[in-house]
Amino acid sequence: MLATLAFYVFSAVLIFSAAMVIVVRNPVHSVLFLILAFFNAAGLFILLGAEFIGMILVIVYVGAVAVLFLFVVMMLDISFADLRKGAVQFIPLGLFIGGVLLFQFYVLFQSWQIAPSAMLNITTPSLSGEEELTNATQLGRILYTDYVFAFQVSGLILLVAMIGAIVLTHRQRAGVLRQKVAEQVARKPSDVLEIKKVETGSGVE
Amino acid sequence: MTSFQWQSLVPILPEITMAVGAMALLMVGVFRGDKSAQLLNILSIGLLLTVLGLILGITPFTLTTLNNALITDSFSQFGKAVIAVGLMAALLLSHRDLREGVMGRFEFPVLVLLSGIGMMLMVSANNFLSLYVALELQSFPLYVLAALRRDNAQSAEAGVKYFILGALSSGFLLFGISLLYGFAGTLDFSLLAGTLMQNGAVPGAVIGMVFVLTGLAFKISAVPFHMWTPDVYQGAPTIVTSLFAIVPKIAAILLFLRLLNGPFAPLTPDWIQIIIFLSIASMIWGALAGLVQQNIKRLLAYSSIGNMGYALLGVLAASPEGTASVLLYMTIYMIMTAGTFAIILSVTRHGEGVESLHGFAGLSKTSPAKAYALAALMFSMSGIPPLAGFFGKLFVFQSLLESGFYIVAVIGVVTSVVAAYYYLKIIKIMFFDEQQESFDDAPSSQARYFVAALSLAFVLFFIVNPNVLMATTRIAAQSLFG
Repeated sequence: MLATLAFYVFSAVLIFSAAMVIVVRNPVHSVLFLILAFFNAAGLFILLGAEFIGMILVIVYVGAVAVLFLFVVMMLDISFADLRKGAVQFIPLGLFIGGVLLFQFYVLFQSWQIAPSAMLNITTPSLSGEEELTNATQLGRILYTDYVFAFQVSGLILLVAMIGAIVLTHRQRAGVLRQKVAEQVARKPSDVLEIKKVETGSGVE
Repeated sequence: MTSFQWQSLVPILPEITMAVGAMALLMVGVFRGDKSAQLLNILSIGLLLTVLGLILGITPFTLTTLNNALITDSFSQFGKAVIAVGLMAALLLSHRDLREGVMGRFEFPVLVLLSGIGMMLMVSANNFLSLYVALELQSFPLYVLAALRRDNAQSAEAGVKYFILGALSSGFLLFGISLLYGFAGTLDFSLLAGTLMQNGAVPGAVIGMVFVLTGLAFKISAVPFHMWTPDVYQGAPTIVTSLFAIVPKIAAILLFLRLLNGPFAPLTPDWIQIIIFLSIASMIWGALAGLVQQNIKRLLAYSSIGNMGYALLGVLAASPEGTASVLLYMTIYMIMTAGTFAIILSVTRHGEGVESLHGFAGLSKTSPAKAYALAALMFSMSGIPPLAGFFGKLFVFQSLLESGFYIVAVIGVVTSVVAAYYYLKIIKIMFFDEQQESFDDAPSSQARYFVAALSLAFVLFFIVNPNVLMATTRIAAQSLFG
């Protein structure tokens, strides 16, 4: 009973805030609504018993992605009102295409079949009788065993992303004055000072 | 739970070597800076030679490893060897530009290596999860490389365009995979094939397959998913364009072959229509749109679109002969492209590469060797008989006729005649048009002449002993049909 109520509350707030993300004028408000949407989606995941994904959603999307969005929205001077002006003329076309797609997926969903052998095909994680394991334990058991290949390649992809970010943004600028402590300490008077004997009555050349 | 066996890593020893090597080279680069770009490039070529040795050294039994994530067989061995050779050619072509300036970045060879690992794993993929991660590992470095010239607006545009369309295609691919999983409850290729065999063409599975093929068609730039190709080829630095043209499409075409003859084999009547459309549209659009191009890189982009159409013709046959003809076609195409880019890169004016088609006017007078070499490669691309390019097309059409696709074969021949116009136009410009401005006198890099000479030798002398390569492709194709 409580779970059903929670489901409807989470879903209603999720749909409402998702709609608000694209409706509100102020982009900062729209990011804040996005955060609300993420929290509610996390709630739905927890209701499904997928507490790990729920927590990750909060940590990754709210903690990192949404905050990054906020930074970008505040740092870049983008006039969202101007962006919208151009978009208005495409709304009918977008609605039409969206409507057609929705209809097609409805038809597909209506005739959806699951292969009789699908249940046999699903590889269940090797639980060995312990039913009460948490999501994190179960994921940990298969992530580093059955799916170790995908895990390692994901690591390589992240390495590429890191290299890429550095390659595309880092540059060495000429003419920037930097403090070089070693050189400054090692400097001797003879390198920079020139001592001249000045004759009385004549200036320094 | 069984304990870990080192033997399970042997089949992917080449990829592991490459990954460890790439990371070690990255460390060298980090400490020695951009000055070491050329050194890293040479070391990368050495690493690829080692990897090629490992690939050819491992006996090609059909093996799956790492919980069926990967499969190694003669097919994957052939693909990996070709990819390693292509990567070496691409690195040799770039060697000179890495010396200094904007392109003198030590990350270049490292990113090429990382992308190469992705391509090799794509060829070995045995379930949709490893297919997807390998595909992304292959694409990401290419997005970065396309945008490497930050001071150039076109290069940045190429990078952004490639990235966004690549992300879109990944979306299609993932959506298709999720539909297939929803139907069959598995990502494994052989289990999926079995499930599809039992249940026939169920709408959900067919739509899933269509989305997967759409995602992959983006990667080989088959019409109507080709929009990014001309812009990316033109905008990216020429050494990166040569990489794009030489290697990644081989991996994607091989993936097509593995998917269509493996998990999607029970859906053959359904995918044949899709491949016929992709192939005919690519051939026609590649031939017609190429006619009006004024930029040589754009022209080669349309040429590659057309060539993917021909490669897909061989996929249609769905037989060991057809698969062997695709492998042969892609190998010959790769070698011709490497040679073509080697010559294009070596023709410069005021230190900049010549890109306009009419900029090549009078090349036959100032440097006849380059002009004759490019002419031979263009004749080969258009499929003039004694040259290698002719045989590539010949075997594709042969396998097509054996499978009874007469109309498609006729369209293929007609479009190849149309496309011959723009290959011959380049020759006409080089030999008969008046020169406007003189080319640079300084000779280009030795590495480029080396690649051009090898490619030319292959194109000219393929006819002498075609059987070695053909026998290899046949063995590779057989292993796919097991």
